[in-house]
Amino acid sequence: MPVEILKEKYTGKVQEVVLGATKEEGGTRAYTVKLGGSSTLPFLQFEGEIPNRPVIAYEMWDIKPDWPACFEEVYGDVWNDPVAWAKKIEELGADVIYLKLKGADPELDNSKTPDECAKVVKAILENTGAPLMVEGPGNPDKDNDVLQAVGEAAAGENIALGVAEKDNYRSIAAACMMGKHCIVGRSPVDINVLKQLNIMLTEMGISPEKIINDPLTGGLGYGIEYSYSVMERARWGALIGDKMMAFPVVCLAGPEAWRAKEAYAPVEDAGPGWGEQKPRGIMWEAMTAAALLQAGGDLILMRHPEAAKLVKKHIEGLMVSNAY
Amino acid sequence: MAFYMIGERINGMFKDIGEAVAKFDPKPIQDWAIKQTQAGAAYLDVNVGPTATDRVKSMRWMVEVIQEVCDTPIALDSTNYDAIEAGLEICKKPALINSCPCERPKIERVFPMAKKYGAKIVALTMDKTGIPKSADMRVAFAMELLAAADEFGLSPDDLFIDPLILPCNVAQDHAPEVLEAMRQIKGLSDPPPHLTLGLSNVSQGTPHRPLINRTYCVMAMTVGLDSAIMDVSDDDLVDAIATADMLLNNAIYCDSYAKVFRQR
Repeated sequence: MPVEILKEKYTGKVQEVVLGATKEEGGTRAYTVKLGGSSTLPFLQFEGEIPNRPVIAYEMWDIKPDWPACFEEVYGDVWNDPVAWAKKIEELGADVIYLKLKGADPELDNSKTPDECAKVVKAILENTGAPLMVEGPGNPDKDNDVLQAVGEAAAGENIALGVAEKDNYRSIAAACMMGKHCIVGRSPVDINVLKQLNIMLTEMGISPEKIINDPLTGGLGYGIEYSYSVMERARWGALIGDKMMAFPVVCLAGPEAWRAKEAYAPVEDAGPGWGEQKPRGIMWEAMTAAALLQAGGDLILMRHPEAAKLVKKHIEGLMVSNAY
Repeated sequence: MAFYMIGERINGMFKDIGEAVAKFDPKPIQDWAIKQTQAGAAYLDVNVGPTATDRVKSMRWMVEVIQEVCDTPIALDSTNYDAIEAGLEICKKPALINSCPCERPKIERVFPMAKKYGAKIVALTMDKTGIPKSADMRVAFAMELLAAADEFGLSPDDLFIDPLILPCNVAQDHAPEVLEAMRQIKGLSDPPPHLTLGLSNVSQGTPHRPLINRTYCVMAMTVGLDSAIMDVSDDDLVDAIATADMLLNNAIYCDSYAKVFRQR
């Protein structure tokens, strides 16, 4: 008697989102990336399709960042020049450039104006070929002004603008619709609010193939298990047909991992047996990313290039099909 | 696990539909098709009614005019299997055959037809001796129907098993028997069959129909009901189903969950 192997049958799948636009598509990017599209749980190729591998974005700021000393040797020569920095991370192998416009933070001295931010974005686009994601400074009013200017300056490039949140999404959504960009919707580890936000974005007229979700992941040791549960539940929802939970997920592995003392503490402040700061920090970031990949991350934001390389290799291994 | 609402309104038993079928007037049928689709119906039940002279012709015509205005899947509701097959031939989306009792000649007619057209079946836990009273007999019929599904190459979840509820003012003692039957039927196979009810039956002839319908529906959902042939334009009923579906953890909560439930 033949044995029938029981496999889960899913009715839904993760929405596929394209980031970037080539010349033929009205932009100037050298290539585009596809996010999402999975019809199975992460890396269970034997139960469904995973048409697109998880994508790695490299983080950069428009100003010199307040990152630990070990980043000086990697980016110290470029971090006062956003264009040089963008070119460098492209050379290092970034699939996507993730620009945080921290320089527009109104709490800083000489806070950048929306026009200045738009110029930075335009210059980066003129000098690079990778698809781009842009995050505002994190102040709701300033985010709205900055992202509107950026959206106009980058019209047609199909960049991603973020972040839209439940209490501040309308003008960012409008900027995305005007410039035909993708939108990153974020909720702080709250799946119910995230779903509601997706519904509100959709009701405003944003098309599903333009929505990316950021469930606001925690770093390793700092709440990553909550992020994991939320992402797992969202993916499960997507697979059983909940279209408002079916958007590709971006995970801020780099920024979150480097907030941990275990990552940044110099050896003199480190706990017993922690070892040197640099390899420790890199491993902390890579391990955070590895966990978030298993939770269903479709785009992983990385900060240290060495960590990014480890994760890229890890993804290649995970993408070897185990279908049978 | 979604809840499949089957809109009951396009049935020749209703006066407006009966007249429309008699005169081949598509308007009332199309209006109800759109209205029930907007209310969240997963299937539109289509029954030519008792007065149609040529049931095959009328069924085909009704399916055609519905598909002109919406693409909601159709539940072909007839005891005339030629009429059902006429509908199956032109349905654009996989249909639901409503219905087949646990009688061998009818199973042999309906189940291969479902297989051929990729349709699902509302399978009734009764035979020609009528509706059983006990839960046990209902479960026994369900087991036979599941065995027949396997025999004809259908999956258990191709069946929407209907354990047949009767009006509470006529046969009140059936209500708990049906609940117990559903609880057991859900455990008969993996994947389990779907469970459905002709929900409006439970309140037939009473002056409290909406309240009884929605109360019984929620009770039944807790023991596995995941479909009902029902009045989808009854907002309170749909709200109650959406809420029960969410509280059973079948759908992720969000503030507009009841609205999202209606979107397909």
